[in-house]
Amino acid sequence: MDSRRITNTVMTTLTAICALGVVGILVLIIGYIAIQGISSLSLAFLIETPKPVGEGGGIGNAIVGSLILLSLAAAVGIPLGIAIGTYLSELGDGWFGTTVRFVADSMIGIPSIVFGVFVYALVVLKQGYFSTLAGSLALALIMIPIVTRTTEEIVRLVPKSMREGALALGAPEWRVTWDIVLPAARAGIATGAMLAVARVLGETAPLLFTAFGSRFYNIYLDEPMASMPVQIYNYAISPFEEWHAKAWAATLVLITLILVINIVVRYTTRRNY
Amino acid sequence: MSKEETKLDTNGGSKVLTADSIYRGVLIGCASLILVIVLAMLIVIGQGSLLSIREFGFHFLIGSTWDPVKGEFGALPFIYGTVVSSVIAVLIATPLSIGVAVFLVEQAPRSLARPIGFLVELLAAIPSVVYGLWAIFVLAPFLRVYVQPPLQTALGWTPFFKGTATGVGMFTGGLILAIMITPIITAVVRDILEAVPVTQREAALALGATKWETTKIVLANASSGIAGAVILGLGRAIGETMAVTMIIGNRPQISVSLFDPAYTIASVIANEFTEATGDLYLSALVEMGLILFVVTFIVTALAKLLILSVGRKTRRTA
Repeated sequence: MDSRRITNTVMTTLTAICALGVVGILVLIIGYIAIQGISSLSLAFLIETPKPVGEGGGIGNAIVGSLILLSLAAAVGIPLGIAIGTYLSELGDGWFGTTVRFVADSMIGIPSIVFGVFVYALVVLKQGYFSTLAGSLALALIMIPIVTRTTEEIVRLVPKSMREGALALGAPEWRVTWDIVLPAARAGIATGAMLAVARVLGETAPLLFTAFGSRFYNIYLDEPMASMPVQIYNYAISPFEEWHAKAWAATLVLITLILVINIVVRYTTRRNY
Repeated sequence: MSKEETKLDTNGGSKVLTADSIYRGVLIGCASLILVIVLAMLIVIGQGSLLSIREFGFHFLIGSTWDPVKGEFGALPFIYGTVVSSVIAVLIATPLSIGVAVFLVEQAPRSLARPIGFLVELLAAIPSVVYGLWAIFVLAPFLRVYVQPPLQTALGWTPFFKGTATGVGMFTGGLILAIMITPIITAVVRDILEAVPVTQREAALALGATKWETTKIVLANASSGIAGAVILGLGRAIGETMAVTMIIGNRPQISVSLFDPAYTIASVIANEFTEATGDLYLSALVEMGLILFVVTFIVTALAKLLILSVGRKTRRTA
């Protein structure tokens, strides 16, 4: 009897230690980023372009670049993801739906760098240059299955009675989906889409050889484009102390954006994932 | 669901029918796109690897020389690095994740479980490159000074902890991977534990089992799903690129010592892709991508099947 109680206490404590440990790691990482990053953060850093060592410079073009890359990726990835998710929820109970669901699930597990390789072979190699469009395509491909799965989950939560009510009133199927089901699931779909945006905001690997990176402000879609994660990577692996400091500051900006999206999105929707 | 409805709809007639068939057509078209994308990926990446596959054949997987200058490409050191670093990650992350999930579902009061669960999820939102940065400047120096020397004195007689402890290498790579996949495994295990019917716990408790003994029963019933969660984590670890690239040392060698630098498939793609001169070099790197693609796709599919099987089982008994 006693030994059972002791085992119970020991194991209970151990699981609590696991949880505390993991939360501790999060605090360590974010705390370190905040402390290291804040000292190099300035308005100039947020506006200027990267410069040679010793001359300052910032991540202005990388912030704009990330914004452009993300907007394009979202413009393609989010509507497509929502459409596929809606299909899976509303019509996808047959063998075709099951196949699509399974492939989408497995696609989420494909490493992001493989999307980079794919877009490189498909676009960059044929065109002969790195481009914003190629980078956005890689990001969009990563977003599609994520948005698909979150949309399906949410749309399935809309009560069947609402659909039946609308159908009974004589509404055609497309109106039921467009006017009844999707508006009811709007908040949840937006949550999923925003989380997908936050996820690709930090993606580095697929951009390395698609959007590549740039030291200048750029708005042209057929030219290489800077982005925050790639800029962080370049600063981080450099041998210069000054650039390391810039890597921390840029990370602070990036992580703040990502965490704010995550926290706001999860607090505005009651359902927790 | 509504073939009958549209047939019954007499006054709207053919107009409604066409609108609905357009609706269905568009959605089916979008859904097909996902299959098209994955198929296109397989074809395009496969085509890109053709040159390398023709040149080296099966030898690509067992060759251990990676020499772009001589045009000799063998993937074995990278496969070794990927497998070992991922296995280290899974070995550390599995007990940790199960511990966290059990704490969140079985033990912590709801007021505590929610915020802690949220924080663990935030860990999954941190980008790979940020983990890499942190690993270079915080984790590696810490390990070099406080963890690796004692490990070496205690276990230096085994072949696993030999060589100079630099903080950079397989050991640190595996560790950062473990941190990165922990929130992923935790989230899945948590879902699975929550799906196990409460009646099972009540039955065990009513028979006089302690809290931990009850948990053991719950874990046993969810075991295939937990296996799925672990395999899912393994798939993630295999494909993780940036953090590993920044910390594993990037040296294509097969060394038993975990303190030595290593190299992974994803890292070599990230590092050498833009500087690959010559078609064969590029093709060899694309073939690395093909390996990664096929392996992770299969691993993830397998994990999903295992996780789904639990969902079905518990739903039926519930």
